[in-house]
Amino acid sequence: MSVTTPTRTSKQAPDADLATPFLTLAPRRPFPYEYVILTVILIAGAALPFILPAAEMAIAVRVLVFALMGIGWNIMSGFGGMFSFGHAAYFGIGSYTAGFMLVEFGVSPWIGLVVGMVVAVIAAVGISYLAFRYKLEGAYYAMSTFAFAEMLRLFVSGNDALHRTVGFTVPVLPESSFAMFQFDAGSPLYFWIGLVMVGIALLTSIVFLRSRTGRFTLAARDNEMAASALGINVLRYKLTAVAISAAITASAGVLYLQFYMFIDPDLAFGAHVSNNAIITTVVGGAGTIWGPLVGAIIMAPLSDVVAGFLRNPPEQLSFLAGHGGLDLLLYAVILIAFVILLPKGIYGTIWNKVKKK
Amino acid sequence: MTTNTQPRAELEAPPVARRRIRLSREMTKTLVVTVVILTIVAVAAGIVSGSTTVLTQALVTGVLTGGIYSLIAMGLTLIYGVLHIINFANGAMVALSLYLTYEVVSIFGVHPYLALVITIPVMMGLGALVQAVLLNPVMRAPIHTQLLITIGLALAIENLLLLVFGPNPLSVQLPGNTGVPVLGATVELSRIYAFIGSLVLVAALWLLLKRTAIGTAIRAVAANPEGARLVGINIKGIYILTFAIGAAAAGAAGTLIAPFSTIQPTAGAIFNLTAFVVVVLGGMGNVPGALVGGLVVGLTEQLGALIFPGQSPLLAVFVVFLIVLFVKPKGVFGRAS
Repeated sequence: MSVTTPTRTSKQAPDADLATPFLTLAPRRPFPYEYVILTVILIAGAALPFILPAAEMAIAVRVLVFALMGIGWNIMSGFGGMFSFGHAAYFGIGSYTAGFMLVEFGVSPWIGLVVGMVVAVIAAVGISYLAFRYKLEGAYYAMSTFAFAEMLRLFVSGNDALHRTVGFTVPVLPESSFAMFQFDAGSPLYFWIGLVMVGIALLTSIVFLRSRTGRFTLAARDNEMAASALGINVLRYKLTAVAISAAITASAGVLYLQFYMFIDPDLAFGAHVSNNAIITTVVGGAGTIWGPLVGAIIMAPLSDVVAGFLRNPPEQLSFLAGHGGLDLLLYAVILIAFVILLPKGIYGTIWNKVKKK
Repeated sequence: MTTNTQPRAELEAPPVARRRIRLSREMTKTLVVTVVILTIVAVAAGIVSGSTTVLTQALVTGVLTGGIYSLIAMGLTLIYGVLHIINFANGAMVALSLYLTYEVVSIFGVHPYLALVITIPVMMGLGALVQAVLLNPVMRAPIHTQLLITIGLALAIENLLLLVFGPNPLSVQLPGNTGVPVLGATVELSRIYAFIGSLVLVAALWLLLKRTAIGTAIRAVAANPEGARLVGINIKGIYILTFAIGAAAAGAAGTLIAPFSTIQPTAGAIFNLTAFVVVVLGGMGNVPGALVGGLVVGLTEQLGALIFPGQSPLLAVFVVFLIVLFVKPKGVFGRAS
């Protein structure tokens, strides 16, 4: 006995407004204003280490890690419509590849970055090709990505060559070295390098969206049947989006590894890593260029704000002192509130208002 | 009156009978294949481990653990079948029920299974609340929306537990919980009780869906929401009820597994994963399928641990999961109909 009907896909949702939370996108404009905005953001961002106190730089770098993951997730799930629950897989592949090469063979993390991105792309395209080949959609696709990330976590946890649950610790050099992607703890260089990576990722997003590939990917997301009827090779464009997404996410993993100088299976492949990528993007605005950045600026400092609050809690809440979990509880509440009340995210909602005027 | 009911019964009987035969053929085929594969794997595991005692222990443990997996998957599959929502919070709900059980036992000092009186209604209320407040408003939105809400819910529950109870693991003692010999293996009594509990739960859910008016309404909504609405069924009400029943199943599972679980905020996460696998194996939305799926997963895990020692036993389960997702995404056992 069973109680199931055929799976529902998003395309059948009749309510147009609700049906398209991931589709806020500007019409093609003749003037490439996105590049201007990107330049302004990068210049303003580059000045940040001169303004921010050194103690806050760690938060600034975390914003960049979150932004990279959000931008990566957004290309696949926001623009491409392939809902991923397992971006931890690509984040982890990136950081573990770089960590393994660095710790075992002393290879520079810059090379590790490139190799990690390549490995992540191969893994992502391989698993996604299988998933699309066998027509996994919606919830089934999400579950396959989730399972893939969990599989990697379990595999790494049980693998001697990858130090099981101990993970990799980046060997500390006597002095900063650009060639080895390692600087003093308070150095603004981590931030600047991260900023360049975010800049490249955003540039990739913009170029992708303006290109034929991007347009076809959006067409395939909005109506796969119609797109393939028009002769678009849907599989190819989907896999392109997946590959770009995985590469960007893997780069976030390497930045994380070099900044925190430590990685273990949970930090790399844990479900919370995927959640961070999703929450960042959904809060900022999925399916928009700037949404993930906005989301990262809001979500990444949150746990520090909460930690600061817990160190000196007000009288009535003093029982919370010394307990973990409040930051993630807030994440969860924010996520649920955004999904129900502002499904287009902060940037998406503002942009929609501006466009209507 | 008898003349009235007689012809109707005759009219209805043949199609039902025909469908049963077709279903059972397909299920038999798949079951035979599965049993053959499991037997081969079991023999291989026996050769690798080189000991029949180890193999027997693995098989018995596998079946019992499998029963627990299907118990936890029960709510998941019911909610998917009717609402088409994958409840990512299912594991967190089990964890919440574990803590409820712990609290009931430590406050009232009663037998752990008596906590069912509290956990089932509390979880049912929570489920109803979640569906009514969070999920009903977004039922027509794309599937990501509901997934995100349930994952947010999972995060919220787990971290609320962490906030209130802290990270240190707790435990619940079952009086008289000793190891007993079963077919040459030794197993704790509490695991046997949980296994029996999962069988009872499958039967109860099956009876509820098949033999009651509410169950018929639920199945009607699952099969055709628009049609159900046209004949006067309150769809949103059925959604609320279904989620409540699903959450209650998670609550019952939590209490039944409490005596042999490490009670900590993330206790449910691991069951979340296995429950997905069970549901996919059993056919999403298929309640008895969840039982078969659970047994397969339990056996895969135990035999996988024998064949690949040193690796996490769940790895074999995930490999099987991905293969099944790709090859037969609509479930191995029975058809989703």
